[in-house]
Amino acid sequence: MALEYTDEQQMLTDLTKPRILLMGPRRSGKTSILRVVFQKMPPHETLFLESTHAVDIRLANNNPFLQFQIWDFPGDFFFYRVSRNGGEGGGGGRELGGSMTQEGEGEGPKEGELLDEVGVFGVPAALVFVLDAQDEPYHEALTRLVDLVARGQSVNPSLHVVVFIHKVDGDLFLSDEHKVDCQRDVQHRIAQELRDASLEHVEVSCFLTSIYDHSIFEAFSKIVQRLTHQLPVMENLLNYLISACKMEKSFLFDVVSRLYLATDSNPVDMQTYEMCVDMIDVVVDVSCIYGVKYDAEGEAQGPVYDSDSSSTIHLSNGMVLYLREVDDYLAFVGLMRAENFQKKGLIDFNIDCLKRSLGRLSSEGGSGGGGKGHVHEEKRNIMSGASRKGTPDPYQRIRNGPASMSDLLEIK
Amino acid sequence: MGKKKVLLMGKSGSGKTSMRSFIFANYMARDTMRLSPTLDVEHHHVRFLGNLVLNLWDCGGQDAFYESYFDSQRDLIFRSVEVLIYVFDVESADTEKDLSHFMGVLEAIDQYSPDAKLFVLIHKMDLVAEEDRESVFLDRQKMILGLATSRFNFTVTFFKTSIWDETLYKAWSGIVYQLVPNVKALEEQLNSLCEICGADEMVLFERATFLVIAHATHAAHSDVHRFEKISNIIKQFKLSCGKTQAQFHGMEVGNSAFTAYIDLFTSNTYIMVILSDSRIHTSTTQINVKAARAAFEAFVP
Repeated sequence: MALEYTDEQQMLTDLTKPRILLMGPRRSGKTSILRVVFQKMPPHETLFLESTHAVDIRLANNNPFLQFQIWDFPGDFFFYRVSRNGGEGGGGGRELGGSMTQEGEGEGPKEGELLDEVGVFGVPAALVFVLDAQDEPYHEALTRLVDLVARGQSVNPSLHVVVFIHKVDGDLFLSDEHKVDCQRDVQHRIAQELRDASLEHVEVSCFLTSIYDHSIFEAFSKIVQRLTHQLPVMENLLNYLISACKMEKSFLFDVVSRLYLATDSNPVDMQTYEMCVDMIDVVVDVSCIYGVKYDAEGEAQGPVYDSDSSSTIHLSNGMVLYLREVDDYLAFVGLMRAENFQKKGLIDFNIDCLKRSLGRLSSEGGSGGGGKGHVHEEKRNIMSGASRKGTPDPYQRIRNGPASMSDLLEIK
Repeated sequence: MGKKKVLLMGKSGSGKTSMRSFIFANYMARDTMRLSPTLDVEHHHVRFLGNLVLNLWDCGGQDAFYESYFDSQRDLIFRSVEVLIYVFDVESADTEKDLSHFMGVLEAIDQYSPDAKLFVLIHKMDLVAEEDRESVFLDRQKMILGLATSRFNFTVTFFKTSIWDETLYKAWSGIVYQLVPNVKALEEQLNSLCEICGADEMVLFERATFLVIAHATHAAHSDVHRFEKISNIIKQFKLSCGKTQAQFHGMEVGNSAFTAYIDLFTSNTYIMVILSDSRIHTSTTQINVKAARAAFEAFVP
């Protein structure tokens, strides 16, 4: 359900899907992050995970707006430079130092062919460098980061680089002050290292993360949003909706990973966001107990999160959380005052409008482009933001207010 | 209604204080790692269902304390005990000593409070591989029970528990169920309400702990652990609401196959109603539940 292993060949040739590349030193927590975010593994169980020995590629395609590959690299990964005739060309790959392992060498040219810089960074991608905050000093790790950035930049100048300052939990990071200090320190040192390598033009964003709270979901959501080219349209749709329905805040969530794919332009308040994430857990968990449908033979049938899935939570401070299904594994969650929730019929009508608009957005997004190479190029343009203005915008019409959203009924 | 004396015993580090904090003091499972060892005996008065007070004696489990429990404090500790909860750490290195302590406790209970209800929790089951849990549990149960029944005439209820999943709710729900007064009458009432509402299932939860105190089931369900799971799910959500200075009041969840409706019921309980008949509108259920409130207030204040 969450991440499917698809046919490897098909996946590797599907180059148009953006990638999230998880790299970083051994035991920094890369695989744990994936298990917790995408497979709902309870955080304490990640202690038993084995280390990753080969690049693990998975596909996330829960709904039309969550479409990307995730590459989980072994900590001691190095780039293969394999010539087309199958022999190892040496050079580039070995610079990454003595961490090269026996297993790595034995992996053969077929796979190696894909693992040079072009094979890794050659499509729209986000490099997520996971740094173990509890494993000081960071010197070696940061050297590695700069090396990866240099390689990535040379192939893909629009590569999005993110650093997770990870494992900011436990006894070393009891107070927020510690965390902020650590972030400042790491940011400073990254800037310095990048300057030394003449890469100061590269923008590196840092997030403090831990699998024991919501920070990892928040950080991962931001990355996924950078890779979602429909994001501005989705944000606009939500803006229309909350003003028509008098809502305080709204999110679009992927219910499987609990990442939020878009939100309106009101500021995100972490507590509200966390409550929405927890609400999705409640809805899915309760539905898994009582909402399983059985066929004649008594076999469980269909997903428990279906087109009628919805939930309302009343809070003592006069607020209401409202969740509705808007696409496969996609949930709209809105926070509003109870008095504005009185006219639930109108709200439902408006959310139906949103649902239709999102449906059209995803189908237009799918047909846009044509040839593979073209799509590839276009997505890269959209990702880089600046060049977007120059190219014709396939979503212009929707951005100006799609027909179904103009049907919105305002709550008086 | 009087106080009920509940003894919580077991080897040092077996998780007694952690589970108490988790169930009664709104600790998250992870927060319990920061608790320090209990010295001697800690007394806690836990108000449950309004006027039922559990007088919880959390007894530190180091050897030196045991010596004094068995000797100088014997009378004080073991007199008029209503419930004994004995916790075994499944990963304990010294089972022999654990068992000899347990036998000592049974002997004292037999002497001072022969009518006490006995519960044994095999705790930290999360440390055992999932496929082995049942067999390890049965093994321990057989060993402990064999020893206990060879000398005493007690009925002992066993639970396998872990702070990381719903099993702890199952165990504690089982324990408090024994202490709730009028529980049979309460279940009868709940059954007829369930019938009237045309609901598949109705469950009553204690307000603060979200432990299950009664249920009425009118449609078969394959998952026997569902109530504990719901306790766990809703309690977690309640705690996360707490962070935003808002309290959880009630909720409705559903898909094409069911609607679950959870709301404050009497002053000290929540009710959960499960409906699968799509012809029944939740508003009617809400009206019925509202109308039943006053009557139930008499059974569970």
